[in-house]
Amino acid sequence: MQNYLHRASFYAFILFLSMMHTPLNAALNIEIFGGGATRIPIAIVPFSAESRLPQSVTTIVAADLARTGLFKIVESLGHTPHEPEEIVYADWQNQGASALVIGNTTTLPDGRIEVRFRLMDIAKQVQLTGFTSTVSADQLRAVAHRIADIIYEALTGDIGVFSTRIAYVLKQGTKYALQVADSDGHNAQSVIEYTEPIISPAWSPDGSKLAYVSFENKKPVVYVQELVTRNRKAVANFKGSNSAPAWSPDGSKLAVVLTMQGGSQIFLINADGSGVQRLTQSSGIDTEPSFSPDGRSIIFTSDRGGSPQIYRVAITGNQAGIAERLTFEGSYNVSPRFSPDGKSFAYIHRHGGRFNVAVQDFSRRQVQILTDSKFDESPSFAPNGKMILYATEIGGRGILSAVSSDGQTKQRLTSQAGDIREPVWGPLLKSQRTSKFIN
Amino acid sequence: MKKILSVLIICLLSACASKTTQPTSELEDRTMGGGGMGASAQEGMRAGGGGFGMDPLRDPSNILSQRSIYFDFDNYTIKNEYRDLVLAHARYLRDNSNSKVLIQGNTDERGSREYNLALGQRRADSVKNAMLLSGARDHQLEAVSLGEEKPRAAGRDESSWTENRRADILYQGEY
Repeated sequence: MQNYLHRASFYAFILFLSMMHTPLNAALNIEIFGGGATRIPIAIVPFSAESRLPQSVTTIVAADLARTGLFKIVESLGHTPHEPEEIVYADWQNQGASALVIGNTTTLPDGRIEVRFRLMDIAKQVQLTGFTSTVSADQLRAVAHRIADIIYEALTGDIGVFSTRIAYVLKQGTKYALQVADSDGHNAQSVIEYTEPIISPAWSPDGSKLAYVSFENKKPVVYVQELVTRNRKAVANFKGSNSAPAWSPDGSKLAVVLTMQGGSQIFLINADGSGVQRLTQSSGIDTEPSFSPDGRSIIFTSDRGGSPQIYRVAITGNQAGIAERLTFEGSYNVSPRFSPDGKSFAYIHRHGGRFNVAVQDFSRRQVQILTDSKFDESPSFAPNGKMILYATEIGGRGILSAVSSDGQTKQRLTSQAGDIREPVWGPLLKSQRTSKFIN
Repeated sequence: MKKILSVLIICLLSACASKTTQPTSELEDRTMGGGGMGASAQEGMRAGGGGFGMDPLRDPSNILSQRSIYFDFDNYTIKNEYRDLVLAHARYLRDNSNSKVLIQGNTDERGSREYNLALGQRRADSVKNAMLLSGARDHQLEAVSLGEEKPRAAGRDESSWTENRRADILYQGEY
């Protein structure tokens, strides 16, 4: 017992050391709450030779699926099939599994790893889908996310978003880091680190760039940074404040909020910073623009009616039409974001001193409040529209959370250290959709 | 003719300065963007009374050393108690046309970061507009917002929030 305690404190010390050593590289852990009533029971057998790999693939697949609240992971039995002919279907049926994941990993002479997987239908005793992929060891997480995407799509009919990435701002002490991580919070990398605040990150539609607001020049300036080259450019650095960047769906333009003509108003600029044109004309505050998926309108926050509310305006060319007020419940509705299908929007609604994530659909104008925490901020839809990522607070510290867009499942992404804010879910990339299927 | 008129106006504006006033040509230089310690020293004498020879912007006994304007919750009107402060800075800028300031608006932490940025901008704009009405020129002033991002008080209570609902005046070289 004493030996165990001794060892535990030793590991705690090592953990402490490693945290000290990588101040801006804290991994995120995820906790899940709730879950739908009808979850799909799925068994996932560890792939052959997986234990020899630096990273278990099936562990990540199981975690991805469990996080959605749509799956129930069924315990593995004694035998571990890797090929269809090794499966004893009756045993899995008795375990209550309706789907089974099996596969192999083979390390090639050049060090790369071939990963093969199959998704089997237990009742019909047929293969539903499968794929094979050869990757380097550092791509094992990515392969696992792709496998989870394929399983998710085959069993739910929806698009999987496990291979997408998220961006957020991590504050640790006096340092601010704009980080990009996998959708499960792992693999976090700093895009930029500063001792001045960074806010409002926004993904370009192709996922190659981030726009954000940095205060490094003692005032807010909008930058666009390429993720691969790390090249960056100030695209809105006019007299006064520059903030709230939002990409047009084709990636050619940005809506930004500028104060150079007095007040905070929404302007359109080209993605390289040229061609400034004013979009909104009000004597109040107009901010937080979000483009509709078809690019024909934007929704934004304005206090033109006396309190901050959400408005929609049509855009033809570079001209805005007449703004239409969308929110009427409560005196504080801010931070609107279009859903990927354009049928609804998420926003922050204040009621009784609480700030919560709400969703309203355009056709029926029905409001649904999805969270019950105290200080929620920055809602952002997953590219399949099924989840909303947002920032909340626990014990005075900012953490990331996600809620299913029906409010059924909540998950909490926490980091060991630091204050996380301004999360934004990245786009679905075309390259993530290609895979080699096997029969 | 215009030149003569502007020199005349400047002479009138700095009327109380007599013996230490520099030649007319230098006064003219000052409006064109030349050096101008003379006028600032005079302003210091007038505004605070003490600290002769000291930079009035840093002299604790001079009102120009005061740089923060506080606001009520969800409000951006300049309260009466800060009128003199804003007026003193506007006059200093009027008399030192090569001086420039950055006005940074701030808010407390409650609510959306971007919306708070816009609220902070309103506070900075209020100070800027008051200064424009009192003799400062547009090119001398830049109003920006830090929103809730740079709180001076880190607490999560009413006294911290009061401290953070603020606009600060920073002269060139101070930021």
